[in-house]
Amino acid sequence: MAKQQPAVSLRGISKSFGRVQANNNVDLDIYRGEILALLGENGSGKTTLMNMLSGIYFPDSGHIEIDGKPVSIGSPKDAFNHGIGMIHQHFKLVNVFTATENILLGLNQKGKFDLVAAAQKVKDICDAYGFNVDPNQKVYDMSVSQKQTVEIVKLLYRGAEILILDEPTAVLTPQETDKLFAVLRNMRDDGKAIIIITHKLAEVKDISDRVVVLRKGEYVGEMTTAEATPQQMTNMMVGRQVSLNIERPEPEMKYRMERIRVKNVTVKSREGITKLDDVSFSIYTGEILGIAGISGSGQKELLEAIAGLQPVESGSIEYNVDDHQVEELIGMDPLKIAEMGVVLSFVPEDRLGMGLVGSMDLTDNMMLRSFRKGLSPLTDRREPRHLAELVVDELEVSTPSVTTPVSKLSGGNVQKVLVGREIAAAPTVLLSAYAVRGLDVNSSYIIYDLLNRQKGNGVAVVYVGEDLDVLLELCDRILVMCEGKVSGIVDGRTTTKNEVGLLMTKLGGGEA
Amino acid sequence: MVHIVKRKEMPLPRAFAIRAGIIALALVMCGIVTMFMTGLNPIDVYATMFKGSFGSSRKIWILLQEIALLLCVSLALTPAFRMKFWNLGGEGQVLAGALAAAACMICLGNSMPGAALIAVMFLASIAAGALWAAIPAFFKAKFNTNETLFTLMMNYVATQLVAYYTIVWENPKGSGTIGIINQKTQNGWLPIVGGNKYLLIVIVAVLLAVFMYVYLNYSKQGYEISVVGESPSTARYVGIKVSRVIVRTLIVSGAICGLTGFLLVSGSAHTLTTALAGGRGFTAVMVAWLAKFNPFIMFGSSFLLEFMESGGREISTIYGLNQSFGNILTGIILFFIIGTDFFLTYKVVFSKKEGKENA
Amino acid sequence: MLSFLVSFVPRAVTQGIPLLFGCTGEIITEKSGNLNLGIPGVMYVGGICGVIGSFFYERSLGGAAINPVLGILVPLLCCLLGSLIMGLVYCFLTVSLRANQNVTGLALTTFGVGFGNFFGGSLVKLSGADVPSIALSSTSKLFRAQLPFASSLGGFGAVFLSYGFLAYVAILIAVGASYVLNHTRVGLQLRAVGENPATADAAGINITRYKYVTTCVGCMIAGLGGLYYVMDYANGVWSNDAFGDRGWLAIALVIFTIWRPALSIPASILFGGLYILNLYIPIGKDLAVKELYKMLPYVVTIVVLVFSSLRNKRENQPPESLGLPYFRENR
Repeated sequence: MAKQQPAVSLRGISKSFGRVQANNNVDLDIYRGEILALLGENGSGKTTLMNMLSGIYFPDSGHIEIDGKPVSIGSPKDAFNHGIGMIHQHFKLVNVFTATENILLGLNQKGKFDLVAAAQKVKDICDAYGFNVDPNQKVYDMSVSQKQTVEIVKLLYRGAEILILDEPTAVLTPQETDKLFAVLRNMRDDGKAIIIITHKLAEVKDISDRVVVLRKGEYVGEMTTAEATPQQMTNMMVGRQVSLNIERPEPEMKYRMERIRVKNVTVKSREGITKLDDVSFSIYTGEILGIAGISGSGQKELLEAIAGLQPVESGSIEYNVDDHQVEELIGMDPLKIAEMGVVLSFVPEDRLGMGLVGSMDLTDNMMLRSFRKGLSPLTDRREPRHLAELVVDELEVSTPSVTTPVSKLSGGNVQKVLVGREIAAAPTVLLSAYAVRGLDVNSSYIIYDLLNRQKGNGVAVVYVGEDLDVLLELCDRILVMCEGKVSGIVDGRTTTKNEVGLLMTKLGGGEA
Repeated sequence: MVHIVKRKEMPLPRAFAIRAGIIALALVMCGIVTMFMTGLNPIDVYATMFKGSFGSSRKIWILLQEIALLLCVSLALTPAFRMKFWNLGGEGQVLAGALAAAACMICLGNSMPGAALIAVMFLASIAAGALWAAIPAFFKAKFNTNETLFTLMMNYVATQLVAYYTIVWENPKGSGTIGIINQKTQNGWLPIVGGNKYLLIVIVAVLLAVFMYVYLNYSKQGYEISVVGESPSTARYVGIKVSRVIVRTLIVSGAICGLTGFLLVSGSAHTLTTALAGGRGFTAVMVAWLAKFNPFIMFGSSFLLEFMESGGREISTIYGLNQSFGNILTGIILFFIIGTDFFLTYKVVFSKKEGKENA
Repeated sequence: MLSFLVSFVPRAVTQGIPLLFGCTGEIITEKSGNLNLGIPGVMYVGGICGVIGSFFYERSLGGAAINPVLGILVPLLCCLLGSLIMGLVYCFLTVSLRANQNVTGLALTTFGVGFGNFFGGSLVKLSGADVPSIALSSTSKLFRAQLPFASSLGGFGAVFLSYGFLAYVAILIAVGASYVLNHTRVGLQLRAVGENPATADAAGINITRYKYVTTCVGCMIAGLGGLYYVMDYANGVWSNDAFGDRGWLAIALVIFTIWRPALSIPASILFGGLYILNLYIPIGKDLAVKELYKMLPYVVTIVVLVFSSLRNKRENQPPESLGLPYFRENR
């Protein structure tokens, strides 16, 4: 393979955004007939590098060769012309268009604009690969995996030779992942060059032939997958020896009590779609309850219903203050919940869109929950500033100062600010959604540690996660959701990835 | 090939220099346009404009009063804009306030002592302006109705309402105008402060600017406005009642517009016409935006626009041209300033094509 | 009743045509994701540029008979050129320099209305002509020419055939825009640009070009509305501020028609009708009440805005990225 002409060569590629150096002098070769895994932590510059190959960004310096010839890829169109197609992590689809319309987008074939004929061709491709997509279905009606399929069909329709997939499995169940990988192997055997961006080691082992590791925007090395061990890959990715084990202390059984009881809760969206369907479960003090499921299975609505942010159709959510006093949370907004003396902290999925205000500085973000305190019509920024300084110190937030807007911080630091604020309230219940999404290994472990400490303090912790390996190592119990229903609650210590994976799909849901 | 990339942060002096440079460029451009229209050389153009604005102490005071009135409307719109609520209804809200003030003057002018009448007018104007802004705010909060067009349409509803009352209160009959209200009694006219009939309005505007600065930056309500403007879902997440904040903020916004209407009727024009607001509702949008919603910088931006307006008026008067000349100059200045931000946040990079640099 | 319609409909149509031009222009502009609040200014500029062109053309004739082709082409091209320049200014600021669309639009309107009124009020003086005011009656005749047999067809002729050619152009443009948007590749890509520019960009569509072209074409269409108003409706007589707020109503109509050019044809005529309804309502001696009836188009627009915010079908929403600048390397 080494003697073969590379399909794509990147030489000395650098790219920066303002002060952030995303890629620095990266060299990379990609060959036909292989699947290359591009491995690196979040923020290591994998996606930026590939975006330069697909024409979204333009390198500050360095050059790209295709089949040995230097090329300039200044736009996505140039990339298509060189046979490069990329499936982005956030799908590039127009919601109000049908699958066919999305696939045709940007294609400037000569001749009549014929949607019917195009739909037929799309159908043929779907049939050939066994995809389940209706060419005339609107994208907003599709599930995530269907949207991803549309993206793949789009590339096939264009006859792409070099395919880039950015974390394609993040939204898939283990079973859907297997199916995707089978398709990718098929394409590899067709002689296509495939690059898959990921930070999941298991996937690297499973699908790739070769793995290239990036760290802090730089190329640090490559290995033949068959000869690499997960520990080796992690060390290379993180740059030092790390322990891959997440702690899981035994819950303190002495004070264990049922903190929140969710009974037959049903939630409908504004459009009338059922988001939560008759959900019942309990959360106990001093435990971490994991919630697993394909994204969009109702996790968001569930947490928001408990936090008083989501109107509930029917059911009840009871909060046990102690053995005698029970409060109903449904019908309460966050303010009323707080006024009842329930300290309920919530780390939402959309940190800058919901948990924090991006353009405000750390101090102002610290007072989001507490600014009403006192009778004065003016705000008091002294306490919030102290809290901001405390959080920066204790959680090692890297920021120029507490007057920096949080949107200027990196993802991991933003999350530390948010979690820091929520924990500072000394909650009795801590809800967290995708708390480590986008974080590097080190920051992730800080967050796991914080959650475990809360658990040790007797807090009822809810952890909505997407990485099953983490859920299985961190959580005491795991609640699995599927299409708005609870498809099972399993013991985190005894369950298997396969069991949870099956529960996440319709197939397993019925048998639970 | 040309590529655009985000800048690293720009040092303040340099940013300031760029802004000043672009404003200077815009002024030169205005001079050239004027030269074409009038045949004056650019230096004479500005000399004329300068004379139009600062030629006599009366002209200076009129300019100050105009700046103050524009500033009032700009300050009024600012809380709404901070909340990302595009209140283009300043015109109508000012008119509503003016209508209320005039109504009090006409209907209660003879039945109340002066001070009490002024107090009633003040309250009525504020209430009318607030109501005019609260209606679109209510629908925005409740149904997310497009506020830009709603407030815009409210302008014309207010204009027609004023047109209706202009006919009802016509004085003398057949003139098509209301005329100076309470000319003899001067009932409901704002008193002259410090021996200068323009001073009071200027003082009100300065006080209002200070109040607005504190309100937006240091009050709890101001903080809520910022949170709602930046992210309504964060606001909901921390228990801020978004609908209530929207309506409350627009009541503040409309009330200050109403106050401006009161100042216009009671303190300056002493009459009511459909053109009383004089486009300030729109100009104020740009004043506020150019100042990045900072009340103190608004002094500068409203000065700039009023200076162009009065200078343009002077040139049109001298050359017998239409009064709209000032609008053309204002437009040109605005185009330049609107484009400035780009050069502060981005830079243009030229790179060689087709990777010729490879060895 | 019939005679009422025969007198009412043609007047509603002539009132509606400027709105139709403005509305169609704004719809295609908004489909590219640009919310152009400068349309009122553009319509003023379109009108006055046509006036300036034909003013100088008529003067250059010096009493000779007007050449019908030039008599129409000169103002038409001047109008299109003026509107195009306005569109370019808007695009340069919002697309190339990524300025705020609302503020840019308002500045454009300030400039455009000022431009129209200034030249409308000063053209005679500036050109040194010895006429009391601008009255382009011979040009107007060309724009108002009807089919020769229209008046002989009674009510049918009055309702359908009594308009100058620009009225039919407006309807053709609206129908054409509807076809292009919904049934062609260009339309599909344009809609993608307005819905989700990042997606369109990743698909290899040139966002900048689409935004520039559609916004400029939209401005030129809207500018024709101004030209129609002054040449046809106003008989070639320019009076300052006469065009009024029609530009704003045109923008409001876009929401009413849920971004569909075909729907804008009946909608514009309906609003044209509302504009003149006060002339048909018997009010007796009370002139003041008439002013209240003039509120009608605005009040109806408000009611429509509220109702349209109540429906939440996906297809009836504004283009998703409307009003937002696009920068590929944003992060």
